[in-house]
Amino acid sequence: MKIKSLSVNIIGLISMLSVISFNLSAKEIVTEGSTTVLPIAQIAAEVFMDKNPGVDISVRGGGSGVGITSFIDGNCDIATASRAMKDTEMQKAVGNGKDPKAFVVAMDGIAVILNPSNSVAGLTKKQLKDIYTGKISDWSKVGAGKGKIVVISRDSASGTFEAFNELALDKQKVRRDALMQASNQAIANIVAKTPQAIGYVGLGYITDSVKAIPINGIIADKKTVLSGKYPLSRPLFMYTNGVPTGLVKDFIDFIMSEDGQKLVEEEGFVGLK
Amino acid sequence: MKTRRFKEKIYKWMFAVSSFSALIFLLGIIIILFKEGLPLFNEVSLYDFITGKNWYPTYDPPEFGILPLITATLLVTLGAMFVCIPLGVGSALYLHELAGEKKRAVIKPLIEILASIPSVVYGFFGMVIAAPFFQTFFKLPTGLCALTASIILGIMAIPTVCSLAEDALSYVPKSYKEASYALGANRWQTMIKVVMPAAGSGISTAIILGMSRIAGETMTVLMVAGGAAIITSSFLVPVRPMTATIAAEMGEAAVGSSHYQALFAIGLVLFLITLIFNLIAEIISRKYRLKLGLSV
Repeated sequence: MKIKSLSVNIIGLISMLSVISFNLSAKEIVTEGSTTVLPIAQIAAEVFMDKNPGVDISVRGGGSGVGITSFIDGNCDIATASRAMKDTEMQKAVGNGKDPKAFVVAMDGIAVILNPSNSVAGLTKKQLKDIYTGKISDWSKVGAGKGKIVVISRDSASGTFEAFNELALDKQKVRRDALMQASNQAIANIVAKTPQAIGYVGLGYITDSVKAIPINGIIADKKTVLSGKYPLSRPLFMYTNGVPTGLVKDFIDFIMSEDGQKLVEEEGFVGLK
Repeated sequence: MKTRRFKEKIYKWMFAVSSFSALIFLLGIIIILFKEGLPLFNEVSLYDFITGKNWYPTYDPPEFGILPLITATLLVTLGAMFVCIPLGVGSALYLHELAGEKKRAVIKPLIEILASIPSVVYGFFGMVIAAPFFQTFFKLPTGLCALTASIILGIMAIPTVCSLAEDALSYVPKSYKEASYALGANRWQTMIKVVMPAAGSGISTAIILGMSRIAGETMTVLMVAGGAAIITSSFLVPVRPMTATIAAEMGEAAVGSSHYQALFAIGLVLFLITLIFNLIAEIISRKYRLKLGLSV
């Protein structure tokens, strides 16, 4: 009885080991980092894996900082980031024998939207910041008729919020009475129905029922975001160790390809082509 | 003979297992809530968590104060009570005491249909119809506010309150009513002075379970409450109940981060609140059955 169960265990163990060794020999890439880049990495990984059976790409979030730390420690092949690596991170990476190479895979632009009935034709970045941090609460302060500003924001865990908070608010806290919404679509819907509302969404969510306004006189569109002229735009990065080779190169090449950039656009970002 | 007994035993075991499975799920959920939520208190004290006025979970340093979320849940629940108590208890009284068999056969299933409407549909209704209406009616900057959430949640809780209150009314012994009529009381007097007090604790149970349902409702408040984490006693401003916070942020909180733990800790607080509601309801209903001489 005992011998039998032992032999069963051994067979089980052997088969388990063989599965593990098989996985080691399979092609695998780990990407980790920014929640903003996450949808791009995810959709690109899915399509890439469909095209290349046997390849396994695991995509992890956690935030730009988390991804870069993981990259420095050698726990991921590609670090995704919604900001450039800081000098301290670069030094650490070099100290750990890494040679970070940056690829801009997409541009991220955030449009500020108002209800079409709102007479405000544009805001400065300073006014926008004051509205969102609570210094300005009435439309009359920015050149429109009197009325309380209904400030609408993405919930603070989202990548869009993170980007807006960095680009527009210099990381200051959003006013407490802002309506925190769970999706870009929800923001667009509320702004469309609320005359006194202000909100922000990815470029893909601008429709006729809301009015995207220029910031510092520059309107958000593909051109101004791509050139970086629009104040609420930023590049999204993928970092690899050295000039990529093998599977990592294939994956980066795929994202930069026309097909890959199409996916980028589908996810609401601005493609580079 | 032997096989029959054996079969019986198997059936008994099967049903025992299925009834205990609920217990296992409950335990599992409680364990996960504690396991994922408690580590937060290494970083934030329980006192600061409960009484903190700022909910800024993703800033550096983060602030995990859920007082605005708790007050929002309580405010919205209180508001919903004003809708579901009169309508729920009222319809129970009507169905049980006044309506004839025919009316009852129509109205009761209709009320039950209210319970079968998915909460996202209620949320949609609130967003598209109720919120814009209140926005223009009260001249509000936005109709997504505690009032809208309260009214929609109140409507959602009507079936719960109504059917439980009706059960409570049906437990009132017929002899009470007969005695009341015999003393010359009319229908209204009998209903208000005899039936209602006799079923009073059962009706309270119905109300408390309705509250518990309201406090735990998520999708609707996410869609119509507005989502501003502020402490207020006004029904006309946007609020952010606990459930909405968890639902909105869980998807994007990094697993294992303190934000993630804080969301579980909110779940824990919410669980404790509804647990207290349910315990109170249980205690009241037991006492009341004893009072009426019914078996527990």
